[in-house]
Amino acid sequence: MGQMPFVMQLLDTLAALLLLLSFAMLAQRRIATLVELFALQGGVLCAATLLLAWRTGDDNLVLSAALTLGVKVLALPWLLRRMIRRLDVYWDTDPLLHIPGTMLVGVLIVVFSFGLAQPISALASTATRSAIGIAVAVILLAFLTMITRRKAMSQVIGFLSMENGLFFGAMSATYGMPMIVELGVALDVLVAMLVLGVFFFQIREQFDSLDLERLESHQGGR
Amino acid sequence: MTVALGAPLEQILALLCAWIAIGAVGLVRPASLKIAGRTLFPLGAVCGAAIAVVAAIHLAQPPERMILPIGLPALPMHLRLDALSATFLVLLGAASAGISLFGAGYFRVGQGTAPGLLCFEYHLFLASMGFVLLADDAYAFMVAWETMAVSSYFLVTSQHRIGEIRRAGYLYLLIAHLGALAILLCFGVLQGGSWRFTFDAMRAAHLSGGWAAAAFLLALAGFGAKAGLVPLHVWLPEAHPAAPSPVSALMSGVMLKIAIYGMLRVAFDLLHGLPGWWGLVPVALGLFSALYGIVFAAAQTDMKRLLAYSSIENVGILFTGLGLAMVFRGAAMPTVAALALVAVLYHALNHAFMKSLLFLGTGSVLHSTGERNLGRLGGLIHRMPWVAWLTLVGVLAIAGLPPLNGFVSEWLLLQAFLHAHEVPYPFVDMLLPLGAGMVALVGALAGYVMVKFYGVVFLGQPREPSLARAHDAGRTERAGLAWLALGCVALGLLPATIVPALGTVASSLGVGSLPAGGGPWWMLAPLGPQSISYAPPVFAGTVIAGVLLTMLVVRLTYRRPVRRAPPWTCGAGPLTGRTQDTAEGFGQPIRHFFTPWFAMRRSLPTPFDAAPRYSVEIGDRIWRALYEPLAGWVDRGAAICAVFQRGRISTYLLYALATLCLLLALVL
Repeated sequence: MGQMPFVMQLLDTLAALLLLLSFAMLAQRRIATLVELFALQGGVLCAATLLLAWRTGDDNLVLSAALTLGVKVLALPWLLRRMIRRLDVYWDTDPLLHIPGTMLVGVLIVVFSFGLAQPISALASTATRSAIGIAVAVILLAFLTMITRRKAMSQVIGFLSMENGLFFGAMSATYGMPMIVELGVALDVLVAMLVLGVFFFQIREQFDSLDLERLESHQGGR
Repeated sequence: MTVALGAPLEQILALLCAWIAIGAVGLVRPASLKIAGRTLFPLGAVCGAAIAVVAAIHLAQPPERMILPIGLPALPMHLRLDALSATFLVLLGAASAGISLFGAGYFRVGQGTAPGLLCFEYHLFLASMGFVLLADDAYAFMVAWETMAVSSYFLVTSQHRIGEIRRAGYLYLLIAHLGALAILLCFGVLQGGSWRFTFDAMRAAHLSGGWAAAAFLLALAGFGAKAGLVPLHVWLPEAHPAAPSPVSALMSGVMLKIAIYGMLRVAFDLLHGLPGWWGLVPVALGLFSALYGIVFAAAQTDMKRLLAYSSIENVGILFTGLGLAMVFRGAAMPTVAALALVAVLYHALNHAFMKSLLFLGTGSVLHSTGERNLGRLGGLIHRMPWVAWLTLVGVLAIAGLPPLNGFVSEWLLLQAFLHAHEVPYPFVDMLLPLGAGMVALVGALAGYVMVKFYGVVFLGQPREPSLARAHDAGRTERAGLAWLALGCVALGLLPATIVPALGTVASSLGVGSLPAGGGPWWMLAPLGPQSISYAPPVFAGTVIAGVLLTMLVVRLTYRRPVRRAPPWTCGAGPLTGRTQDTAEGFGQPIRHFFTPWFAMRRSLPTPFDAAPRYSVEIGDRIWRALYEPLAGWVDRGAAICAVFQRGRISTYLLYALATLCLLLALVL
């Protein structure tokens, strides 16, 4: 690889941090901590975007960094924390697959993602192409988080984290999506969060719990 | 006149929009029967009559086109008015005028849909049928077609609190959608690789033999499902009794014809390069449907089911004529092909009038007695003279008796059949004339069924004491019935002016043309003055003169006083409503001859039963042989799919992840 500029090394470090945070989310059972991890992931993403903006001189990236900060670091975690307080769900119950097993599957997923990303990285012309594998891994790990959790709350956080991965992937492959798309996605995520919040309250009202197993016993007549 | 009001196509478009607007006004105060019934339905009838007039004037003129920039971007709606669509617009407008007039007095505030909402659905249904006729690209056609299906579904289920009616509506919607799917695929084949879905592109497309056959069979399945061709007929006897009578009249009288229009449009206008002998498929299916429908009609005891099966019979006759025209066209016999096509168009017009008339008549009976079962009716001619006499016109017409209209079209079809031996295909030239015998048999059975229908409902003695309270139809209802009866008489007496007009449709489609100059207005000679001819006014005049003369002679010669005495009853006491032939009894010979056709469940009383009861249940064999196994397969398939449907969100997410990984691995 030769000598990389310091900025790029810093960017790679941030990418690694992102992956580490994904693993931390995969292992975390406390929902309150999960939210903080998610906020932290948003912060790292924001820093990476800013760094890339400084490196490429692209003003749009500054805007998306600001958007990330506003939506993913401040607004969404605040909404989530408030919901946790109101709904009184601090802990998830035992995950479907025990945590060491989940971590092993996660490692396999990371290997698969890097394998996948290799041809894309070869094609991409951006400076950040080495980070594409990490972006794919973050998406798939977030998916895994959603699969292994029982509470609707943690699934939503997994979903939001997946969006982080997508954002990072777009950034590293093509220096970010067009501004209009990013704005739209940010708005979508916010609205989805609000709608899901309403759903949480409804679900708890109906079943006295946010545990999805209660929902599963209520599927249509079979 | 046309200068001031724009082109005919614009006028018709404006009138169709007026229908939608009338419907929309009904939504303003949906609960008000006064607005919907007394104002909106008569207005709709006026619109219908206007459409019929405009379309009739336009009949002989060259096609007219228009592009409406509505709908999806870059996908405007193409409209076209030609002779074929004008003919069916006349049918739609004229028949719906009578039905709307009747509907003005018919709908009541009841358990089901509010009158205003019903008014909206009804007029949307009418307008969508008009747009189907005007559509000139697959997109506009399908949008209008589906609007027609959905609006009629809501009309059928207007009494949606009754489970049986919801089930009938579901069956109708299901088959309508299967048909729509087939039509969509048919258009997909017809575009022939040009990927443009205007009908002009389809006319220009050249399909290879196999693809042309595929398009034809898809169209036959799609339009056949809507028209009620056996074996896709099962929805008809369910949906027609479920719907309010004006809706049954509209569906049976008009909507089935829209399906025939679609089939004609595809077979004679859009599709090229299909060998003529493919016409034998609709001939065979049509003849079978006709016989099947009329045999089942003979066995029915519900008057609307009986009429529904009779509609299957008539659709069968229409498809027979259509197939015959295809065979003749393929065999380079343009004059006879035109004759068969004219017979189809004429019969479509006839059936629109007479079947609407009969359905509306049953509606009046249903309203005043609350009964649909033939076993509880009878003797209504004394209580409801208007309805009875006007219905008699429809009954005579549909039985194919001259000088009414049903005879004319069957006569034309038989004329076409008599030329079938000239077809230059081996075996076909021998087998096809046998179809004429089949048509004659069906005609005779239709007469039998109509005697049963009319005799049991209107003649004899009342079978229930409550029938004494039956009352005649209201004024607007009578007007609607009279309009349709008048249509039947006019179509019966003036074929010599109508046949040449329909002949222009055949020549504009390039099928062939009838020889010009058929003779005077009272003489129908479709194949030229030297050939066979029919003079309905002369016939009618002879019949009327004969009757009058007989009455006169009897009056003059019979001078003894009239002695009235009770009829001889074999000493069994006075004759009551129970001592007369029932619907079951009248249909029994047919049930006996055609036993293998029916899935019959009969319970006979023994001589020792204290309370003897006889009951018979008639089932459709096709339902058991085709639909029930089909439903079973679907159920089994669903059970297999249910293995994957665990109802666990985690499992579904796992499926998503697995699919994602698989796709990613495949792509890269």
